[in-house]
Amino acid sequence: MKAFRSMVLVSSDSTSLQKGARDVFLKLQEEIRAFGLSEEVALNTICDIGCNEGLPLVIVYPEAVAYGPVRPDDVHILVEEHLSKGQINRELLALFHAPADEIAWLGARRGALPAEQRIVLERSGIVNPDSLEDYLSYSGYQALHKVLAEMTPAELIAEIDKSGLQGRGGAGFPTGRKWAFVANAPGQPKYVICNADESEPGTFKDRVILEGDPFSIIEAMTIAGYAVGASEGYIYVRGEYLRAYQRLANAIQQAQARGMLGEHIFGKNFDFHISLHAGAGAYICGEETALIESIEGKRGLPRARPPYPPTWGLWGKPTLVNNVETLANIPPIVRQGAEWYHEFGTLKNTGTKVFTILGNVNSTGLIEAPFGITLREVIDIYGKGMKNSGKLKLTQVGGSSGSIIPGNLQDTPLDYESLHRLGAALGSGALLFCNEDNCVVDLAKILMQFFRFECCAKCTPCRVGTQQTYEILTRISEDKASIDDLQVLQKLGADMQQISNCGLGQAAPVPVLDILKYFRAEVEEHILSHHCPTGICPMGKPVPVGSMVQQTALS
Amino acid sequence: MGLPGIDLISSQEEGMDSLKELDIANVVRRAVEIHGKTREALIPILSEVNRVAGYIPQEALAEIRRQVHEPDEGLFLSDSQLFSIASFYQMFSLQPLGKHVIRFCENAPCHVMGGRHVIKAIQEGLGLNPGETSADGMWSLVTTSCLGLCSVGPVFFVDDDLYGNIAPDLVREILGRYR
Repeated sequence: MKAFRSMVLVSSDSTSLQKGARDVFLKLQEEIRAFGLSEEVALNTICDIGCNEGLPLVIVYPEAVAYGPVRPDDVHILVEEHLSKGQINRELLALFHAPADEIAWLGARRGALPAEQRIVLERSGIVNPDSLEDYLSYSGYQALHKVLAEMTPAELIAEIDKSGLQGRGGAGFPTGRKWAFVANAPGQPKYVICNADESEPGTFKDRVILEGDPFSIIEAMTIAGYAVGASEGYIYVRGEYLRAYQRLANAIQQAQARGMLGEHIFGKNFDFHISLHAGAGAYICGEETALIESIEGKRGLPRARPPYPPTWGLWGKPTLVNNVETLANIPPIVRQGAEWYHEFGTLKNTGTKVFTILGNVNSTGLIEAPFGITLREVIDIYGKGMKNSGKLKLTQVGGSSGSIIPGNLQDTPLDYESLHRLGAALGSGALLFCNEDNCVVDLAKILMQFFRFECCAKCTPCRVGTQQTYEILTRISEDKASIDDLQVLQKLGADMQQISNCGLGQAAPVPVLDILKYFRAEVEEHILSHHCPTGICPMGKPVPVGSMVQQTALS
Repeated sequence: MGLPGIDLISSQEEGMDSLKELDIANVVRRAVEIHGKTREALIPILSEVNRVAGYIPQEALAEIRRQVHEPDEGLFLSDSQLFSIASFYQMFSLQPLGKHVIRFCENAPCHVMGGRHVIKAIQEGLGLNPGETSADGMWSLVTTSCLGLCSVGPVFFVDDDLYGNIAPDLVREILGRYR
């Protein structure tokens, strides 16, 4: 690794790019050259750093000083003062809600901000995602090396099991047990699939991991392959994630060139190959059996289960399917041990979870926090409070199919157990905070619009149920529904949950049912008072008072 | 298209202008050469055709069948099978799209952050409903599933250019850049 005196990073997440990060980067390149510093100063980009203020940022190491927002016109003085003369330019410093001169997210890593703990995002935003050298210098491939040198597959699986790691794709199934199923399943060859078809609305944690630390997924899949006895892996990347695809392609190529992927890895008698497969736009392909069908070159229709993928997966062979975030936990666990992993999270749900913070809060973005953090803490600490000092009406947890949690339950800890007790699920970790300006009928409608569009139409309960639910919700929003329709909604939802073939149909009615559970009065007000309290629904003309009373009495 | 991050900001796809001169058979042949003659290569092949031509013309499906169908090797393919795959995935278009394509995210996170006003402004600005292409072939408006850019919602793409944190009054100016 070439030694540089300074390292300059330009934030290149979507917001930064939109705000001119490219021009800043090009200008930096030019100025660094003009000052004759090309040999001393490295220039690079970083992706999402979980920060949405003062973008685009220019961060200078080793001082760890963040400047922002930086305009191309600022670059000359920045290079002259900081890089050439070694003086920090205070006027251009980024303003964070953090102690002066401290970078918020670096502070967080040292525990300055309460509760954030980065395990799967340990390298994101710090290393160059296109450099294997960088990855190696930040403990990369130590885990695989340890596994191949010291552990049998059975010992490895036992260690993962002991860590308590649960699948981060939504269901929370114990990872160690899943690995054991595949390892013990009869049949060869076996496959390892990384589910990177992240399409749950409001979720972009996997994209950040893939774009920020692609080598960690390659290493983790290789470790998983060793554990279950597979020598072939597939990464199914969402078609829209072009940059993640390219970074993975580059990572695979570099790892192969260094003998860390391919035949005789680390000179041992273990082979593992990884193929990249890009999706073509289908939410349903995040369902593991639909994903497998899609890799096989078919429509992404979920299979009937059982048999489950550990016994009957890709081409009918035993297949391990793990989510990106789950895999990203593997190398740190192997490196530091199951005991260490138990230091984070709650008694029953160990480790951390990456949450995406969305909606009507002051600061949206992405955090990694231990299980057990409460919604209130997330809003206050990371969301920096509700926008315009609004009041929290509800939170949708876990993406479009996620549960709705009313504002008065915002002290619920975010872990699988606590949410389960509430009849809710953590899902993908997307947290959509809605203030009082949002109408629950409108929200349910937009969610159901999504499901009726994404439904694969294979099984009837989901195909018909999503459509009918959408129609009823539309009628409510247009003041054409009767109070009996609510019973139909409830019945449809219960049926879909019970008899749909896959998770899409089973989860689609969850938000609607939750709204009926917690916000029934507001829905009834639409129907009985012909009035949308927030004024969002396109209600018809106000009905004369007389007929309203009559209708209310009839119902 | 370059690999390292910064080159990716806006990559104008090649091929859109020369669509008429495109030789579909050649496009398919090149895609088959890259991805191979297997069933699992079908989606990558279709993606390639869609990328180069801007959509998947009917004759491309027939051409893929001709080139990949190998009964001697046990690989049977029918036009309807190919059509069923091509029509399933949302990134594939079976119709030609306008010169500029707006992809608008209509999911809940963007909706909550004001997306409903933005889509209205776009629809009014172009006189198009989602799924439609303007008569002069200039614009297509499509809605898309979550693009994973929710932290800067509401979001839409015009071709490969991303616009985030959009308010309705910005729409006219943005669309004006593309003529």
